[in-house]
Amino acid sequence: MKSEKQRVRGETLLEIRGLRIEGNSDGVWHPIVKGVDLSLKRGEVLGLIGESGAGKSTIGLAAMGFARPGCRIIDGSILFDGIDLRAAGEEDKRTLWGSRIAYVAQSAAAAFNPAHKIIDQTVETAVRRGVMDRGKAVADAVDLYRRLQLPEPAHIGERYPHQVSGGQLQRAMTAMAMSCRPDLIIFDEPTTALDVTTQVEVLAAMRDIVEQFHTAAIYITHDLAVVAQMADRIMVLRHGREVEEAPTRVMLSEPREDYTKTLWAVRKLAKPESVSDDIVLSVRNVDASYSGVVKVLDNVTVGLPRGRTVAVVGESGSGKSTLARVITGILPPSRGEILFNGKPLSRALNERDKDTLRRIQMIYQSADTSLNPRQTIRDIIGRPLEFYQGVQGAARDRRVAELLDSIEMDESYIDRLPTELSGGQKQRISIARALAAEPDIIICDEVTSALDQIVQEEILTLLMRLQKDTNVSYLFITHDIATVRAIADEIVVMHQGKVVQQGPKSQVLNPPHPAYTELLLSSVPQMDPDWLTNLLARRAAGKAGA
Amino acid sequence: MTAQSPQLRQVRARRSLWESTRRTLSSAPFSAWFGMIVILLYVIAAVFAPWIAPYGEAEIVGKAYQPPGPEFWFGTDQIGRDLFSRLIYGARNTIGIAFLTTLLSFAVGGTLGVLTALKRGWLDQGISRVVDAFLAIPVLIFALMLLAVFGKSIVNLILILALLDSTRVFRLARATALDVVVMDYVEAAKLRGEGMGWIIFKEVLPNILPPLITEFGLRFCFVFLTIASLSFLGVGIQPPTADWGSMVAESKTLITFPVRTFPWIPAPFYPALAIAILTVAINFVVDWFLHKTSGLRDEV
Repeated sequence: MKSEKQRVRGETLLEIRGLRIEGNSDGVWHPIVKGVDLSLKRGEVLGLIGESGAGKSTIGLAAMGFARPGCRIIDGSILFDGIDLRAAGEEDKRTLWGSRIAYVAQSAAAAFNPAHKIIDQTVETAVRRGVMDRGKAVADAVDLYRRLQLPEPAHIGERYPHQVSGGQLQRAMTAMAMSCRPDLIIFDEPTTALDVTTQVEVLAAMRDIVEQFHTAAIYITHDLAVVAQMADRIMVLRHGREVEEAPTRVMLSEPREDYTKTLWAVRKLAKPESVSDDIVLSVRNVDASYSGVVKVLDNVTVGLPRGRTVAVVGESGSGKSTLARVITGILPPSRGEILFNGKPLSRALNERDKDTLRRIQMIYQSADTSLNPRQTIRDIIGRPLEFYQGVQGAARDRRVAELLDSIEMDESYIDRLPTELSGGQKQRISIARALAAEPDIIICDEVTSALDQIVQEEILTLLMRLQKDTNVSYLFITHDIATVRAIADEIVVMHQGKVVQQGPKSQVLNPPHPAYTELLLSSVPQMDPDWLTNLLARRAAGKAGA
Repeated sequence: MTAQSPQLRQVRARRSLWESTRRTLSSAPFSAWFGMIVILLYVIAAVFAPWIAPYGEAEIVGKAYQPPGPEFWFGTDQIGRDLFSRLIYGARNTIGIAFLTTLLSFAVGGTLGVLTALKRGWLDQGISRVVDAFLAIPVLIFALMLLAVFGKSIVNLILILALLDSTRVFRLARATALDVVVMDYVEAAKLRGEGMGWIIFKEVLPNILPPLITEFGLRFCFVFLTIASLSFLGVGIQPPTADWGSMVAESKTLITFPVRTFPWIPAPFYPALAIAILTVAINFVVDWFLHKTSGLRDEV
């Protein structure tokens, strides 16, 4: 066992100098990380932030001396506690990994083996490395579960990964990383896949345990508010280079570089709220279920005014995507009715006529799966034109070019395949496909959640401009409160299949709130390094008071 | 006067079909080239048989069992027909029928496979269980039985083999399509109100084409071997039509006789060799295609 003295803060643990990494795509090597310096003291938490493609994860893995398949470290030095990880052999690195350097991945569900119990996977490294025997390791794991505030710490390890929730699994993974008391933990977007209400618990647990054991950590994320809670120091990355680095408070209050300032100036976009009584779509007392047993939607009533945006917010499992499926007709409701332009809408998809189908369009979360990879942009955007309006040949191409123009893309993209576009461009194509039908309503299901912040802003701006031009109504399904603040006219809060609250934005976002809305809103991380501490104190006080 | 329309430039950002074909071919390994050349030769022989073959398909041109020589390159058969000419005509019949059969089995099996993956429910259950029952019976025995019931004609042969083979295509098409039908673009097409035909052929099929094409090559081999086996057993292609399987059967007694003249190969082996070489060639090409489309990449 290492003595406590070694864990004193101040000594340098990790030192990376001039790191350069290349990645291979289609046989061509291109730079991913272009000369990054990084140093980390014992017990210190460094936040790495940047857009996707900035090289954050690659640097995180390189800090372990590891390069993904298809990547290679070509230059620079990586010194971990005096050990040169670039020169170290595979066998040496393997003894370091797990015991002295641990890694917490974004998706715990994908990182756990579904065939083994959680406890077996938590203690595996400690037992195999001979750090402690099994009995002791299990006792230690139970202690870690307790510190991470997992329910029933003594028994939860007996469950299999699919028997616990996503947030619990993420904490179990942190316990697994902690089991050997490593000197360094690399957290790679550990809360990105979680709901905001769960995220708060996981963040608090991870922060506590890192402090208790005085572990150094690299915290990788694209969420500034999250990193503000976790990190002592923040490094901003872009295109594989460091933009700037500073202690968290300094970085938040006075960023130097323009790029950092644009990141900090979140959500410049703010649409003034505008209320209307001209309801285009009205969902009345709708129940729906998949198996016929559990109600996924329970007496849901929602109204969508013409030319306005109604945001539906809630955690995963709250029924917001099911609401979209009921409106589009994919899942016929078991009770209740939907009025569209004042007339009842057929329950099932195949009972609706072509004109009704045309008027309700949908944009999906992932443009990767919503655009057919074998069709060109011409076919993807042109098909609704051909199908609904019978426009063909050169006239169709002309219209496709106009639509590309309206989503601010060049007509030269017309012969491209979706795989040849960036994430933001793909989502623009999805928008153009929906627009091609000239709909009354577009249902947007988490359309920006897979995108980087700056791209999100662009997509939202585009959607708002298109609404102004075409007077289309949006039903905007999201879990991101910041997006809701920016674009919604009305907000519907959903929880466990029920509508908790519906009303104009100003009313829902300002107190007094129903209890669930309060919980949801207060769980959204703020750009304030003391936010989490204050929130936990407030909640503890509230519990003590009650 | 027409309205001012935005000028649409024809930008060919992507490589042309010819260019991409050329690039693909230039990276083909030796085995694939060998396979492609052999297949090409067979196809030429099959298509231009009447012009290439020195004698007619069923023409008796010499004495029985003549050895190979300048007049008859591979010798003559039991009633004095030229073996070389019959081999060439045999390519036309055997390959042609196998190709038609495989095409038919893919049309039926592929369409049904994608359809059941899309529809699920009782249709899927019904068709899948029938297919399971078919798969439980050995193809050759089942084919023999059906041919005995419906009679020995080329049309029956094609239909029966296509039916039996389509069960295997069905399984593959259904399994691969199941991964594709859950994609959002398929749902988007349903929401648009597209018909089943569009969804099957435009949305799903292009995405499962690589495994299906690979399977096409393999199934073609199997069909072609089955036809040869059935002909050997006397229920396949009927005389005097030339066919490799029946040619092996007709001259099988010669295997036991020693051959004293060049090229020292007994007559039954000529058609057998023709079958073997084509099978190997197709498999070379299929292997290469499979490797290309499976996403396996040789890391540098």
